[in-house]
Amino acid sequence: MFLLYCPHCEEHREEEEFHASGQAHLARPTDPDNCTDVEWGEFLYFRKNPKGLHRELWHHSAGCRKYFNVLRNTASYEIIGSYKVGDWLDAPGEKKS
Amino acid sequence: MTRYSGIGLLKHALHHQENWQRMWRNPKPRDHYDFIVVGGGGHGLATAYYLAKVHQKANIAVVEKGWLGGGNTGRNTTIVRSNYLWDEAAHLYEHAMKLWEGLSQDLNYNVMFSQRGVMNLGHNLQDMRDIQRRVNANRLNGIDSEVLDAQQCKEIVPIMDCSSSTRYPVLGASWQPRAGVARHDAVAWGYARAADALGVDIIQQTEVVDIVVEDGVAVGIQTKQHGLIKAGRIGCVTAGHSGVLAGMAGFELPVESHPLQAFVSEPIKPILDTVVMSNAVHGYMSQSDKGDLVIGAGIDGYVGYGQRGSYPVIEHTVHAIMELFPVVSRVHMNRQWGGIVDTTPDACPIISATPVENLFFNCGWGTGGFKATPGSGHVFADMLANGKPNKLCKAFNMFRFHDGALIDEHGAAGVAH
Ligand SMILES: Cc1cc2nc3c(=O)[nH]c(=O)nc-3n(C[C@H](O)[C@H](O)[C@H](O)COP(=O)(O)OP(=O)(O)OC[C@H]3O[C@@H](n4cnc5c(N)ncnc54)[C@H](O)[C@@H]3O)c2cc1C
Ligand SMILES: [Zn+2]
Repeated sequence: MFLLYCPHCEEHREEEEFHASGQAHLARPTDPDNCTDVEWGEFLYFRKNPKGLHRELWHHSAGCRKYFNVLRNTASYEIIGSYKVGDWLDAPGEKKS
Repeated sequence: MTRYSGIGLLKHALHHQENWQRMWRNPKPRDHYDFIVVGGGGHGLATAYYLAKVHQKANIAVVEKGWLGGGNTGRNTTIVRSNYLWDEAAHLYEHAMKLWEGLSQDLNYNVMFSQRGVMNLGHNLQDMRDIQRRVNANRLNGIDSEVLDAQQCKEIVPIMDCSSSTRYPVLGASWQPRAGVARHDAVAWGYARAADALGVDIIQQTEVVDIVVEDGVAVGIQTKQHGLIKAGRIGCVTAGHSGVLAGMAGFELPVESHPLQAFVSEPIKPILDTVVMSNAVHGYMSQSDKGDLVIGAGIDGYVGYGQRGSYPVIEHTVHAIMELFPVVSRVHMNRQWGGIVDTTPDACPIISATPVENLFFNCGWGTGGFKATPGSGHVFADMLANGKPNKLCKAFNMFRFHDGALIDEHGAAGVAH
């Protein structure tokens, strides 16, 4: 059972209160009318699937109902930390992409 | 390969079962193979078998990082059915179903394929409309499929609570009589033994750590235990680790890896002689020949490579099962485990050429690829042999996520497993 920290509620809560909403930091194409099929396809369907550090969007669905990001290791299941959408949390040995 | 037979069984009984031959060799890898299949699950082993058998190819290796069938093949709940909604999927899974029907004979190995029927329940009007639509589509594709009402469900599964007093009452179901279950380990072992007999080298305990690409062409694999092994064509059949393998070759796949779990109870007397699945309440159950109840669940919502599932999912699944089958409420659970399933956005597999020449992927089977094992191996062998897809698997190329030609089986076929 994950204990996730909601940066809005400023509390640790159990996994069951949350809903995993996939990869974080997905930017919608800025010029959607002029996207190629490949660009649209990548935006809609291609997600990072790392065995290791991953940035994900979580929804505090049975709590404050707000979204936030989690930096987590998908192999060891270690949770590095939570941060608000629009913020950034540095990971050991990782550069902002 | 000495063939298995009734007489053989008797003969070995007289010798205290001490002289059984090994099922496959344990060869040292050669420097070069014409075909390397990465991943020794059912799909990979079937691919190698059909390459040798149907396409008469030689110089083939299967490279597996652990032991045969130790991935999802040996962790799944073994439901086999072919009642998918869309033509492309229905044809592919029905192709597999036909191969299942002759598989034990073909492999000379009892895969315990048992066509005990599979019931997919509907709990509300929309479920029932979807079921009717799918059953009609199945029939148009020549697949056996029927709509049952609650009364008929109750006749087939007396232990199921089909009353109207439950929170999610059973209104009816789709029913595929030819569907059923098979013994998962036997499928891996049967294919391995038959492939080995045709000269395929099965190389276990050998992890692929890199795919060597020169000028856009895959030329070999780098392994942790045996260094470089060169290859003509490479087929990756690595399920939950497909994204990792694609990363080695420098591209991304539209797959996400999620934990999926299952559990079994203590063995009890026979109470269920078919398979019952419910997508709406998210649980399904069958009973193995040993007597344990085999119970499955949904995936964990997050990406994960730990081969275990989360506790909330166990709890939800148990709720669903107890509501459907109140009689099992005091049965003890024996074991719980997880596998890593590679899900795609349209819940259909990827059987495809890739941006790298001579490198092919067969993945994305997600939560429901065991049923496809023979068909998947069959069409992928064809792809490796000819370098291009045949008509059964053409639609399943990875580029459909660019041009939008998805085969949306999500929800449509009540895709669970
Ligand atoms: C709990 C659970 C229940 C399921 N229930 C059903 C069901 O009822 N019906 C159904 O049809 N399907 C079901 N499935 C799905 C089904 O198990 C899979 O789709 C199917 O078994 C995939 O087979 P495979 O051979 O492709 O993969 P696997 O059997 O996972 O084989 C892949 C192999 O690749 C190897 N590998 C990975 N990386 C490397 C590397 N770097 N080098 C070398 N080898 C590597 C792995 O060790 C593994 O053995 C279920 C899955 C799970 C987890
Ligand atoms: Zn909150």
